[in-house]
Amino acid sequence: MTVHQIVFILVLGLTFAIFGYTVNRLAAYFRITRPAFPVRDIGRRILVTLQVAIGQSKILRRPVIGLIHALVFWGFIIILFGSLEMIVDGVVGTEKAFHSLGKVYDVIMGSGDIFALIIAVSILIFLSRRLFFHVRRFAGREMTHKSHVDANIALSLILLLMITLLGMNTFYVAFAGQAGHHIYGVYPVSTAWFAPLLSGSLSDHSLYFWFRVNWWMHILTIFFFANYLPYSKHFHVFLSVPNVFLSRLRPIGKLPLMENILREVKMMLDPSAVADTPETEDQERFGIMDVEDVTWKNYLDSLTCTQCGRCTSVCPANITGKLLSPRKIMMDTRQRMKDKGPGMVKNGKEYSDEKSLLRDYISEEEIWACTMCNACVQECPLNINQPEIILGMRRYLVMEEAAAPGELNTIFSNIENNGAPWQFSQDDRLNWAKELYMED
Amino acid sequence: MEKIKTKIEVPVMADLHARKKTPGYLFWVGSAGAFDDRYKHVTRAFIKILTLLGTDYAVLGTEESSSGDVARRAGNEMLFQMQALTNIEIMNGYGVKKIITCDPHAYNTFKNEYPDLGGHFEVLHHTEFLEKELTSGRLPVDKDVFRGKVITYHDPCYLGRANGVYDIPRNILRMLGVHVTEMPRNKSFALCCGAGGGQMFKEAEQGGKEVFIERTEEALETGAEMIVTACPYCMTMLTDGIKYKNRVEEVSDFDITEMVLRALIM
Repeated sequence: MTVHQIVFILVLGLTFAIFGYTVNRLAAYFRITRPAFPVRDIGRRILVTLQVAIGQSKILRRPVIGLIHALVFWGFIIILFGSLEMIVDGVVGTEKAFHSLGKVYDVIMGSGDIFALIIAVSILIFLSRRLFFHVRRFAGREMTHKSHVDANIALSLILLLMITLLGMNTFYVAFAGQAGHHIYGVYPVSTAWFAPLLSGSLSDHSLYFWFRVNWWMHILTIFFFANYLPYSKHFHVFLSVPNVFLSRLRPIGKLPLMENILREVKMMLDPSAVADTPETEDQERFGIMDVEDVTWKNYLDSLTCTQCGRCTSVCPANITGKLLSPRKIMMDTRQRMKDKGPGMVKNGKEYSDEKSLLRDYISEEEIWACTMCNACVQECPLNINQPEIILGMRRYLVMEEAAAPGELNTIFSNIENNGAPWQFSQDDRLNWAKELYMED
Repeated sequence: MEKIKTKIEVPVMADLHARKKTPGYLFWVGSAGAFDDRYKHVTRAFIKILTLLGTDYAVLGTEESSSGDVARRAGNEMLFQMQALTNIEIMNGYGVKKIITCDPHAYNTFKNEYPDLGGHFEVLHHTEFLEKELTSGRLPVDKDVFRGKVITYHDPCYLGRANGVYDIPRNILRMLGVHVTEMPRNKSFALCCGAGGGQMFKEAEQGGKEVFIERTEEALETGAEMIVTACPYCMTMLTDGIKYKNRVEEVSDFDITEMVLRALIM
């Protein structure tokens, strides 16, 4: 076993250890959340995943920038193959371990080389949009300095990944060519554009040395990136496909039924049914007051959110200057779990830090501004559902605190008393049909 | 000589039931359809079409109550479920199988949400019904009525995004000879009128502008003299928006039913 191998295995072990720690912590947070829905209809889920995640159908609703993102995503999938090979090479001590795949190998490595350049250029476009152009959807109250720095770090890491990948390929091709070795795989961009720049300027030994430098930088960046992502808004690199696979399959206009309310309503409508009603478990809070009231899907949504702001940019409330921003709802939910989660993991769900998601993070003003139009849901490239949390908070305010805005309380009592949001008698419901003539 | 007018008697479910009859459709009028002055015109227009077609339908009349949609979206799940369970009991009691309504909110909640509570109905929005009748030729129309008019269509959220009904209203308008001048934000990109989720009944939160003004401005920028929609709440918002922009003289809003009725060859 070489020193390289030993170092590699140690670093790989450390990477997995840190990643394992993170996953463990997140799993503990997920255990705090409420149930959402049973994951069934696997066939339909695969179709949604193929369409929305792999096919990037929703991000392509903005065709130009969407296509650039889609290229980055598809490129990542191809390049992942090379990364796996690097891990095998690192552990086993081989070089280009997968080359026995022959033509397939050539196609994958060749596409990876081309995609590395496409991704590098795309990332430069993304970075310049963030740094030099005023893109409205990257602004907003919730977009703190920290979020912008996070975005720029994530993008810079990807850029570094692509530069080192191209560096690796270039020095490999240059070395093998100069030393007369067989070149495994095809590297069109590196061979045609970059390797010629080196021709004859370096010894075989230096070329190989720089190949190894780029190799190590590339793999170390991957390891670092993998452990940076769970703490970054860029976590979607891991979570986008699972989150889309776990999409809500119900129609966009359908709200989830509250079973605990149904029990109460049935008892009210038919008191004799009390006997048949199973004893309720622990008294569950109605709606969402704090982060322990959200479902695992709401929390997964919040971790998946990339803060791209497509939701907020189509939100009628936000467009017209209201405080509500669907993106902020997701960011606040994630942040709240980060703040309160550790205490709840340690001391149980009853733990309190004298704060709550509603009011201390998300104001009542924000949640009452929503028109439930679902434009944000329609737009989210990763099938996140922002209104579900807004609705949960409304449910909490209405049914636990009776704290809806006054006008809404009025329509509630009108509906209760006379079956319409307005104060018209139910007996007048057919008045429109009086004196109705065909010719009028 | 004075022309004799044909009076329409709107069939009521309870009366038919007393005569042991079960009509093919329940026409769900909705609270706005029954009480909102502007939308009552739409209800009447649709009734005229149903009458012309000889459709076998009835309304619940004074037995109808709020669908619960607005209560639910404003957070009052308890009130929603009580309304839904009561409505379902009444409708099941009359053996209702098919419902037509002009209200996309009622349509959405009946179609997607009532099944959770035991209400299984075939639900049609009036646009779906009208498209079928127009396609079959049972509603002959004069394609010249709207010739030369600039007309735009506003997608109601609960018809469009929530239920994917984008093409049907546009097909109807095309069959009436209308060329729709689209707003920049249309179909799944359409901007909400601002009324949903209980907003219509309350003051808007602090902000730069009201949503209905933003949407009305977009509609007006198409140069439209007629703004067509298919939802009572959108109708209220657009009516208010046109007034707010002082364009009542030149611009009017219509429900798609009213457009069909205008073009009908009677």
